[in-house]
Amino acid sequence: MNADPLLKVNDLKVHFYTLRGVVHALERVAFHLNRQETLGLAGETGCGKSVTARSILRLIDPPGKIISGSIFFEGRDILAIDETEMRKLRGSEISMIMQEPKMSLNPVIRVGEQIAETLLIHDRSLNRKSARGQAVEMLAQLGIPDPARMARRYPHELSGGMSQRIMIAMMLVTRPKLLIADEPTSALDVTIQAQILDLMQTLVREIQTSVLMITHDLGVMAETCERVAVMYAGDMVEIGSVSSVLKNPQHPYTQGLLQTVPDKANPDQPLYSIKGSVPSLLEPQISCRFAPRCEYAMERCKKEIPPVYSLNGNHQAACFLHAGSQEAGTIR
Amino acid sequence: MQMINQANIAAKPLLRIEDLHVHFPIREGMFTRQQATVKAVNGISFTLKRGDVFGLVGESGCGKTTLGRSVVGLSPVTSGDIFFNGQRIVGLSGKAAFERARRIQLIFQDPYSSLHPRKTVCDLVGVGLRLHGIAEGYEIDEKVLEMLKRVGFSIEHMYRYAHEFSGGQRQRIALARALILRPQLLILDEPTSALDVSVQAQILNLLKELQREFRLTYLFISHDLGVVRYMSNRIGVMYLGSMVEMGSTHDVFHKAQHPYTRVLLSSLPSLDPDTPHNGILLQGDPPTPIDPPPGCPFGPRCPEVRDRCKIEKPGLSQRGDDPHHLSACHFPHL
Repeated sequence: MNADPLLKVNDLKVHFYTLRGVVHALERVAFHLNRQETLGLAGETGCGKSVTARSILRLIDPPGKIISGSIFFEGRDILAIDETEMRKLRGSEISMIMQEPKMSLNPVIRVGEQIAETLLIHDRSLNRKSARGQAVEMLAQLGIPDPARMARRYPHELSGGMSQRIMIAMMLVTRPKLLIADEPTSALDVTIQAQILDLMQTLVREIQTSVLMITHDLGVMAETCERVAVMYAGDMVEIGSVSSVLKNPQHPYTQGLLQTVPDKANPDQPLYSIKGSVPSLLEPQISCRFAPRCEYAMERCKKEIPPVYSLNGNHQAACFLHAGSQEAGTIR
Repeated sequence: MQMINQANIAAKPLLRIEDLHVHFPIREGMFTRQQATVKAVNGISFTLKRGDVFGLVGESGCGKTTLGRSVVGLSPVTSGDIFFNGQRIVGLSGKAAFERARRIQLIFQDPYSSLHPRKTVCDLVGVGLRLHGIAEGYEIDEKVLEMLKRVGFSIEHMYRYAHEFSGGQRQRIALARALILRPQLLILDEPTSALDVSVQAQILNLLKELQREFRLTYLFISHDLGVVRYMSNRIGVMYLGSMVEMGSTHDVFHKAQHPYTRVLLSSLPSLDPDTPHNGILLQGDPPTPIDPPPGCPFGPRCPEVRDRCKIEKPGLSQRGDDPHHLSACHFPHL
């Protein structure tokens, strides 16, 4: 067993050059993902979750640009390898499930063919017939009744939940080492969500894949992840084990985010709400991004970027409230 | 005489829906022959008292939006009745429909498509006042400003365009536009599902304040059980065009009788990572509302289905001791 993490992202910085100015989408994102671990990436719209995911696949198109940082996948810096090498990684070693399955499937090709195609691209020795066979096998593994018939269907004949199952089949058929799931269940109903999450967890265990789970739903995170990283406005503010982050959040943003969830709130009292709104990313980061909305903001928070402090265990938070703790540098 | 009338009105429900059916024909081909029927709303009855916040929950395609739209006349009613303040409001047209619009307002899910991009906030919010002849000229601007201030804006926002605002702000503009007519009933169709949780909290708080302040009645449509639990005093659970359970929020959440409600509640991911999730997993997808099967609509997916469920459709009625807690199941959990 290799003790090195499967994925290590260091100080990732991504900018988008738009007509309105430079959007500082990611300022300093750093995390690692161990083998066979599920890491959750939480945060609200526009905080950079998806940009992080796309950077790992090197799918940042102009006007976006990865400015600095490194992404080590199995010890190799994938920001340094050439495009041919990268293409070999995509789909076979690193796969990604998107939020809208219907948008990611080709509407005019039968779903079985689409799954088989993924295999054919990555394994030249395979012939079409055996690829088709493997596709049907994969569908059977997903617990889809009558998989041979399902393989002959077109995406428009499928429900949202079934399309997402097909996407999962397509992404896992190559047995990738890393699966990036970008809001895989946000477009689905809760009963279907429960089915899909259960299915993903079973498969991931079977083929021993590591998962980077991107979701804004903290409940989904609590159920599927071992560790959680919280992002705010392009900055990573907290990371730690799922129980310590969700039960004992150390960054004021995480604390606020957890309190705004109405699930367990007392209906007789107003819901906690974080005052103000998300800052413009057109300004480069010169202080704590959350400071203008933070209840505990000090003078220092408005002048300096807080370093990352190591708290107990593997729990880390980028907040001056923990200034007494040991600095973890930037690598988490 | 006046006094008696007042008392009468107060005792009467604000909205009464009786055996409502909304069916859509599916036509195919050039010689539009009716092929099948989508039974979006299939026999629903309930009442709303003044000051109620009635939460309507269910998965996509269960008919909750169609139900809400039929109350304001946006979906054609196939059969059944809707009474508002004791008056029948089905099939209204002209002046009567116009008057209904003043009393019943609708907030849509997507604040990005419900606001005209080329009108200023002042025009958007004030248009109702002008159309209904409530105010004119400078008076409109004054009333609009007053309303905008109430939902958290100031004078500088009045002449901006909708595209300059974020999702949460847009939803507040939509609220101001609805409330400026002083409606009695507000139908909220997934008002926060397009928003982030922190913004959602702001909107939910505002909705609660406004409900108390303007003594509003809400029909709150949502698929999010957490939101509905926080907002509503009563809840109705819909499945495939039928109401399967109805009762006080507490009863539905803690003493759910219908297997579907129980599945729905158990599907909700828990925020506590240490409690193992023991959700009931359903088999299959929800069936389509096109010519639904006979018997219980939930029968084909129900983990507790028995022979009787496949033949006889259970009606919504009192199953336990509580006359206010109704469910549509032959074998309810009591």
